[in-house]
Amino acid sequence: MKERANKQHLFWRAGFGASPDRLRETEHQSVRKIVRKLFSDSQSFTPLPTVGGEQPNRRELKGLLQEGKLDRDKLKDRIRENREAIRDLNVLWMEQMASGRGALREKMALFWHGHFACRNQNNVRMVQQYTNVIREHALGNFGDLLMAVSKSPAMLQFLNNQQNRKNAPNENFAREVMELFTLGRANYTEHDIKEAARAFTGWGFNAQGEFVFRRNVHDDGEKTVFGKTGPFQGEDIIKLLLERKETATFVTTKLVRFLVNDDLPADQPDHQRIDQLADQFYQSNYDIAGLLETIFTSDWFYEPKNIGAHIKSPVELLAGLQRSLGIKFEQKQPILYVQRTLGQVLLYPPNVAGWPGGRNWIDSSSLLFRMKLPDLILKEGEVTIKPKDDGDVNTELLARKVNRMFAATIDWPAFEKAFQKVRDEELIDELALYLLPQPLTGSQRSLLVARVKKEATRSEQIRTLTTAIMSLPDYQLC
Amino acid sequence: MNRRKFFKNSAFATVGTMLIPHFLKAYEANPFGASQSAGKTLVIVQLSGGNDGLNTVVPFRNDIYYRERPTIGIAPEKVLKLNDEIGFNPALEALKGLYDDGLVTVVNNVGYPNPDRSHFRSMDIWQTASDSNKYLTTGWLGRYLDANCHGNDCLAHRAIEVDDTLSLALKGQELTGLALLDPKKLYNQTRNGLVQELSKMKPDAETTAAHPNVSYLYKTLAETASSANYIYDKSKVTHTQTVYPTTELGNRLKTVSELITSGVNTNVYYISISGFDTHINQPGQQERLLRQYAEAVAAFTKDLKSTGKLNDVLLMTFSEFGRRVKQNASNGTDHGTANNLFLIGGGLTPGRVFNEAPNLTNLDEGDLKYSVDFRSIYATLLREWLKVDDVAVLGRPFETLKIVSQS
Repeated sequence: MKERANKQHLFWRAGFGASPDRLRETEHQSVRKIVRKLFSDSQSFTPLPTVGGEQPNRRELKGLLQEGKLDRDKLKDRIRENREAIRDLNVLWMEQMASGRGALREKMALFWHGHFACRNQNNVRMVQQYTNVIREHALGNFGDLLMAVSKSPAMLQFLNNQQNRKNAPNENFAREVMELFTLGRANYTEHDIKEAARAFTGWGFNAQGEFVFRRNVHDDGEKTVFGKTGPFQGEDIIKLLLERKETATFVTTKLVRFLVNDDLPADQPDHQRIDQLADQFYQSNYDIAGLLETIFTSDWFYEPKNIGAHIKSPVELLAGLQRSLGIKFEQKQPILYVQRTLGQVLLYPPNVAGWPGGRNWIDSSSLLFRMKLPDLILKEGEVTIKPKDDGDVNTELLARKVNRMFAATIDWPAFEKAFQKVRDEELIDELALYLLPQPLTGSQRSLLVARVKKEATRSEQIRTLTTAIMSLPDYQLC
Repeated sequence: MNRRKFFKNSAFATVGTMLIPHFLKAYEANPFGASQSAGKTLVIVQLSGGNDGLNTVVPFRNDIYYRERPTIGIAPEKVLKLNDEIGFNPALEALKGLYDDGLVTVVNNVGYPNPDRSHFRSMDIWQTASDSNKYLTTGWLGRYLDANCHGNDCLAHRAIEVDDTLSLALKGQELTGLALLDPKKLYNQTRNGLVQELSKMKPDAETTAAHPNVSYLYKTLAETASSANYIYDKSKVTHTQTVYPTTELGNRLKTVSELITSGVNTNVYYISISGFDTHINQPGQQERLLRQYAEAVAAFTKDLKSTGKLNDVLLMTFSEFGRRVKQNASNGTDHGTANNLFLIGGGLTPGRVFNEAPNLTNLDEGDLKYSVDFRSIYATLLREWLKVDDVAVLGRPFETLKIVSQS
């Protein structure tokens, strides 16, 4: 029993849970073997495809407008199409999380999306490139990832490096790269930021959405960063950041919080562990896969206090629900609606610091909605909650069409089959064991059992109980 | 199976008051809590999208204004004059009536250093009261709840957002506000299906220690159900006699008024309305929204007067930024910076134009420069209206403004 709970824990943290079938396959496998399979399933990388055709960016559109090749209405249409395409990309990525083979890769890409948070609403090509960068390097080398994200046009635009020029530096990118991407607060000085900003002058992108180094606006003078002096360019600063041990510690701590425990306890042993992991990460020259493997195969990862200690983010909740029951939505609206109502829209993080996570996901209304969600999806219940407009005239589309049903295909037969051999009196506990991080309490159990009609068929029993278990506050945890 | 000993209170094994968790029982006995923030109520109306301040409060004597806005500028003869320099958009006729009664204070040039022109970021900054280069995960009203939560007084419904979902502004570290579109809807949600029974369960001490998030979820659920119950119970008998316009804002302000009249222990109400992102064909759109705003607020004020609450309620209206001085080529305006802000109520000293009109000759890349940090207004509202420690909420002192009547 304990072993099965551990495997569930692994599948949830290293992905978005496992289907009952997948879980059964692992019945006689060691954790080490499952971990190896998780990595091999995520080995290959397939970029998210181009959506919505080739969308010209805002600048190109303005050019066309000035040349009289485009009128105002068409311009508005193009901008709208671009945003629509970004939503399509969101849904495609969500599909990978909810049913793709490389769950570990997508889970880590989600982590990096929060870490290297970036939003860009005007150019789907840039957003696609950025998303594929974090997906491609999700399990690779952190240094490569950092460099690739730093050079991605979406990020350069988001953090205003296009405006960072010799004699008119813009420090936004240089600041965030230190504060949020590598060192963390208090590990650099304002002087370091000023000087690093000079080194990043000239990093930008062209109209095709490709990285370019614009030598003519680069400041090629000497800069002093972290006490070292040279005619540094952007690449040199990235290298200097990776040389600092604080980077390994900062990223490892954040990762452990994401994968192991939301409330990283302040007690000594855990800190020693994080230091050891950070050492390993640093010594391995920032090998992400190696770090993950160490975490997933350590006893510490499976300590009771870490099991069920994580509040699922809205995307984790939805992807997990889909994965458990093989759910496929017929349209994209329900996916966007859930993300929006619960406050985590992929490719629209709130700001460069990403989603705060943990208990921040939960308030009175979000908890009630989460508890209602299984009903909406599994029984196509009535939608009565309307997410807020964010004030931007161009994203209002997201908030509309609230009153449509959650039309979806649900693979109940496969799910029911997995519990075929379970005896009637054990059914509820078996379902709970599969769906929750902890067993049911006596009172929860009586409450749920009372919901099943006397004359219910086996199939009805399973459906009723599954929907009810997924509606428990406990289902918000993994 | 190694079954955990979990919930002490089973909905089936126990009866009567045993079902009510302790932390709820505590305030059933004292539903009004210890302090009532001096009996004052703050209502915030957020205009999402960036309301164009220059066409809301029009500098009708300023040539630059008319030069930069050749097709959307509002002609001087149409402006509802507040003084020799500025006046309201004619769509704010209902608000002008309140102004003439001394109930409206207009604060010009409100903003913050290093302004951000993104809706999301700027709204974040206003809602968290952070510097523009810092990222906070709690809102200023959430921190107000945190800082004023003592013992039995930690109630989510001390701050209510009239909506289905909760804004960052009302999320604190320990406490978050309550979102409800109307008391009955929330009440029904908490009575539905499993929710009602689950809201009565309380994890035992062992679980709380081993799995703090489990107890956090159940605590949130219990508080939600209890608040929903309390509010529905208090408010179901109160129905205002005042006629409100049947707009979104009208409906929401009506709900606020009924809650205030019912005597619920709520100090802060939050409402947001959107549609102010007027890049294209601004005049018709903005005038429609401003008229809706003014008429809803006028009805609300009239209602408060009739219930004798006008001096105890202060309404603040803001938007995440103003708009560019120069209009664009689509009869609209693009994102800008500093903006005006309204304070409305009977407790102001005296209702007026608080400070200088915007300076259109001294711009920052085509945008207005701020002279009043919005956090000075928050500090004033916290310290002088709600009578609480503003520094505990805002993290550092901000100059307060003389806008609240000291009588």
